[in-house]
Amino acid sequence: MAVVFRPPHALCDVPMHYCPGCTHGIAHRLVAEAIDELGIEGSTVGVSPVGCAYNNYLYFNCDMVQAAHGRAPAVATGIKRSLPDHAVFTYQGDGDLAAIGTAEIVHAAARGENITVIFINNTIYGMTSGQMAPTTLLGQVTTTTPLGRDPKVNGYPIRVCEMLATLQGPVYIERVSLHDIKHIRKAKEAVKKAFKVQLAGKGFSLVEILSTCPTNWGLTPIEALKRIENEMIPHYPLGVFAGADLEV
Amino acid sequence: MGEKLLMKGNEVIAEAAIRAGCRHYFGYPITPQTELMHYMAKKMPKVGGVFLQAESEVSAINMVYGAASTGKRVLTSSSSPGISLKQEGISYASGAQLPAVIVNIMRGGPGLGGIQPSQSDYFQATKGGGHGDYHMIVLAPSSVQELYELTVDAFNLADKYRILTMILGDGILGQMMEVVNFRDEEKIETYDKSWAANGHKNEREHNTITSIHIDPAVLEQWNIGYQKKYQLITESEQRYELYNCDDAEIILVAYGSVARICKGAIKEAAAQGIKLGLIRPITLWPFPVKGIEKIIDIPKAFLTVEMSSGQMLEDVRLAVDGRKPVYFTGRMGGMIPTVKNIMDKVMEIKERHS
Repeated sequence: MAVVFRPPHALCDVPMHYCPGCTHGIAHRLVAEAIDELGIEGSTVGVSPVGCAYNNYLYFNCDMVQAAHGRAPAVATGIKRSLPDHAVFTYQGDGDLAAIGTAEIVHAAARGENITVIFINNTIYGMTSGQMAPTTLLGQVTTTTPLGRDPKVNGYPIRVCEMLATLQGPVYIERVSLHDIKHIRKAKEAVKKAFKVQLAGKGFSLVEILSTCPTNWGLTPIEALKRIENEMIPHYPLGVFAGADLEV
Repeated sequence: MGEKLLMKGNEVIAEAAIRAGCRHYFGYPITPQTELMHYMAKKMPKVGGVFLQAESEVSAINMVYGAASTGKRVLTSSSSPGISLKQEGISYASGAQLPAVIVNIMRGGPGLGGIQPSQSDYFQATKGGGHGDYHMIVLAPSSVQELYELTVDAFNLADKYRILTMILGDGILGQMMEVVNFRDEEKIETYDKSWAANGHKNEREHNTITSIHIDPAVLEQWNIGYQKKYQLITESEQRYELYNCDDAEIILVAYGSVARICKGAIKEAAAQGIKLGLIRPITLWPFPVKGIEKIIDIPKAFLTVEMSSGQMLEDVRLAVDGRKPVYFTGRMGGMIPTVKNIMDKVMEIKERHS
């Protein structure tokens, strides 16, 4: 009998701790499928963040290094400079990458560090229970913006792809979404392309993945997917911000 | 015979690291250690190594964390304010049991302080400047020759115990030039690094490097393991120098460049017919309690001399444990104790115990 579907080898066969309706599981799967399809599990080192995905070193079957909050791009730099022929990726949320780790991501990008960054944007801090993130939308209610994000007090949400695309270092930057099957397929292609860019030695690649947090948004999983489409994409447009013509 | 060269302290550390097999350096500029970086920037490309100037001390120590995770010998260096910034990474690397070498060429503090020599980061280095129950091995060289030898040792100790090792020098040692006798070849000790995250090559289970263990019972077990290691190091790795201690009336306790000034005071005292001795801790952690024990019966009193308000003093008092009086003299803020400062205190102590 022909096998038509199986879990990726690069994902460990263990239960994940993510909430129902959270899209971290899908994002993990996309990364693992890319690793499988490129045949690089044995020569890949991943970097786990601080946040809900802190222990995804238990989920990915490649070697993994857990980093301090926001420091993953610096840790990945140390790994990549030690193992230049290995694939190195970070997996970071929006609090990790766009708040406490702003310096690390900007300078890894500016150096054109030959790593792949998987950036999960769900507009909120998940693990610490729903505080405002740098990506939190104006008016969005969080545990630290109980009346909604007010630009006079909290400023404006950061568009990471657009900001990093102003630098010369990044080779490939794309924003994708997981809110339906069609977009998940597109996200898969982007993740795989980001790894291919790295394997070709071209330089820094980042894929921002618009994701859900039904628990802290106070929505059902289906409502959460709709929120991505209706509220997040208008502020965070999908598309390629660097490397549109890049062939790999 | 190896090479004999006149070199600056900071540069010797860099050269020693390369000779010890270190091919990865990540740092950020700060006075008075910057010559170390300059040397690495020039030399690393020539030996096929990596020199990278990070965007901050925070990033530099995290690059060290990444490189050490792959099992490579790796170095970073800084001076007091920069070492404060590295404390987060130091705690994480200690939790993840990563071997690496960190150099602190101390300057006066607190805050931005000054750029002149100091020993006021003793507490930070030996008591855990970052969070959690951890220790680094802390080595305190007293000459440029010793900067070389202890830097080589630091890499071997780090690998042997999977621990961070700090070279704790001061602005005098970093900036001074002295003759160094290099050995022809270094004995680079190799240790098992099957724990490293360097790609499993489809030949083994995946390795993980982490400092997080959410289950408190599990985290406690990890901590018990760390403490066992620290106990073993405390038993096996204490180092110190005893100088002129036989029948000394007062034994001075000093490390690093201050120990050299103390040797000057010992000579001065001898001319006046006063017998002074010196115990010079070479490991600050583990503190050489065994050395103190060896000489505890000899003097009437101990006198600790530091370029601080009296930080090592606490460890000296713990080791002496009330059996002899322990006095202190020191200078702060980048000022250097003189032979006269020490002799004044010696006379005061003699008077009190006459």
